[in-house]
Amino acid sequence: MTAPLLEVRGLRMHFPISEGMVRRRAVGEVKAVDGIDFTVGRGETLGLVGESGCGKTTTGRCILRLENPTAGEIIYDGVDIASLSQKEMAKLRQKIQVIFQDPFSSLNPRMKIGQIIAEPMHVHGIEPNAAKRHARVLELLTICGLNARFADRYPHEMSGGQRQRVGIARALAMNPEFIVCDEPVSALDVSIQAQVINLLEDLREKFGLTYLFIAHDLSVVRHLCQRVAVMYLGRIVELADADELFDNPQHPYTKALLAAVPVPDPLVEQGRVFRPVQGEVPSPINPPSGCVFHPRCPMAVDSCRSARPETRELRPSHFVACTQV
Amino acid sequence: MSTGPDKASHRNIYSEGTTLALLDIRDLHTEFRTGAGIVRAVDGISYTVNAGETVAIVGESGSGKSVGAMSVLRLIPDPPGRITAGQVLFDGRDLLTLTEEEMRQLRGSQIGMIFQEPMTSLNPVLTIGRQITESLEQHRGTSPADATKRAQELLGLVGIADAARRLKQYPHQLSGGMRQRVMIAIALACDPKLIIADEPTTALDVTIQAQILELMKELTQRLNIALVVITHNLGVVARYATRVNVMYAGRIVESGAAAAIYHNPRHPYTIALLRSVPRLDRPRQARLEPVEGQPPDLTRLDAGCAFRPRCRFATEVCATARPTLTPASEEGHFAACFHSADLTATDQAA
Repeated sequence: MTAPLLEVRGLRMHFPISEGMVRRRAVGEVKAVDGIDFTVGRGETLGLVGESGCGKTTTGRCILRLENPTAGEIIYDGVDIASLSQKEMAKLRQKIQVIFQDPFSSLNPRMKIGQIIAEPMHVHGIEPNAAKRHARVLELLTICGLNARFADRYPHEMSGGQRQRVGIARALAMNPEFIVCDEPVSALDVSIQAQVINLLEDLREKFGLTYLFIAHDLSVVRHLCQRVAVMYLGRIVELADADELFDNPQHPYTKALLAAVPVPDPLVEQGRVFRPVQGEVPSPINPPSGCVFHPRCPMAVDSCRSARPETRELRPSHFVACTQV
Repeated sequence: MSTGPDKASHRNIYSEGTTLALLDIRDLHTEFRTGAGIVRAVDGISYTVNAGETVAIVGESGSGKSVGAMSVLRLIPDPPGRITAGQVLFDGRDLLTLTEEEMRQLRGSQIGMIFQEPMTSLNPVLTIGRQITESLEQHRGTSPADATKRAQELLGLVGIADAARRLKQYPHQLSGGMRQRVMIAIALACDPKLIIADEPTTALDVTIQAQILELMKELTQRLNIALVVITHNLGVVARYATRVNVMYAGRIVESGAAAAIYHNPRHPYTIALLRSVPRLDRPRQARLEPVEGQPPDLTRLDAGCAFRPRCRFATEVCATARPTLTPASEEGHFAACFHSADLTATDQAA
């Protein structure tokens, strides 16, 4: 295998919790991301899944350097993003773009669609000529399946699916190599969701894009991703090829997560024996000792309470952080 | 509103062999007067719910599924909304003819409600305990001491440990899953015959969603409560509902047993919906088949079938009239499509 486009090593992102009005002092920290490693190959789509608060969005924000990681390395194409200055990072941002979840709050309501898409080109000085910039906007709209007349409209005149297409067009304006997709379809209706998923797939092929696809909807992830990492409470508990992970999950949390998702087929559902995993996700301020999943885990033994499980390569390219499998 | 032969046969088949349905909605119309024109959010829907059964209403945003349910409870803000026609027979009484006071007595006692957002549907300045005891004291005249005792029981029933302490807490001190459990406890407080749940688990994480759905299933079965679940999640419907109504643009376009809807869909919209969702139990396929186009603008519907512009089976006849629900392949299965009978197995395959 050639060198990966992105390599994340030992990434930690701890947010301090401070108290006091006059003299702020740290009283604890939220361990949003607590030591994770993964790679994303060129042209590959890696899925990052998990429930709210597992740290998947924070991981994406660290890669975009919207957060300054507490520790760890984020090596993009041979350069450590975590140690770049703001100025150097600004340059790199042309290559790394983002698509956000909420198409309602990620577009400026006072700007026309055309301006929204043209702005990054203007800021980065990619296309200084206004007329050419406009032509490029129209081209991008067409690529994303929108009529060119949308350039003169405002976000509120568009549906959720159309807005998400605008978000995608804006990301593409920079000719990026790598796009962090943070829940790009979860705010959309089922029938529109499929349209946007297909668009993301087409663009990946057409422009040779690499995606980090952050989502909680496992069915969408299975469809779109080549490899999948499952996160729980700031850590990656399992990482494998998509079909391998979904057909042959090893970590008890992955199993619980997959069992919890109902399949749209009453006959399949009748045949499934189903017991939902008990309890709720503990607070990342004071995570459980040892394996973070042990309080909810049906397989936990005494040693799980004390020792943090090492990530092992169970089968070739199938990694699991659990001592009991 | 015409009561054609179709509608009459619809009635007969549903009521055959059963005693009176617990909830019998007949030709319900709800509209909103807006600046852009009149929106017929619910445009003549009819369905029944029998005692103790779970019925799902499936549809996308704007299909009228929530407005339909809120109309049953008469919770439509007027203005701009208005229920313009129809009957809502609950236990034989037409709810649309009740006085406001009679309706208030019924809500929360005989019909419980669970809403999507447990964050906004609980009162942030009242304790959990007060919010459960309130309906008991209001509807049942229970003494405060007895109501508190019952509230503790209810929290135990919905799986909240340490009930005495939780009763004194406020909603913000609870997690999303806990809040939804509290909502269920409130809905159950007065032993309702029917619970209407509007996207009860959409705001929750998938493992918590599974817990809440299992809890609702177990409790409604044990206490023989009928449940109307409104959702857009086809997986949730497959796991829990006995019967399904699929809504599009204010109408029910297909109705029937869950197995029939999923394995023998007779409406192109249902087929398209089932095809457009990626599935967790199947290896990745080449491509999803989305429903092309956008949902219609409800202020600008023409005389034809509302799904026509997005439908791959549409012909000229579809522009002439809106199709009504007609019996499809098997008993209790209805579809509102002129081409329903022509759809082949290949057309239907998901």
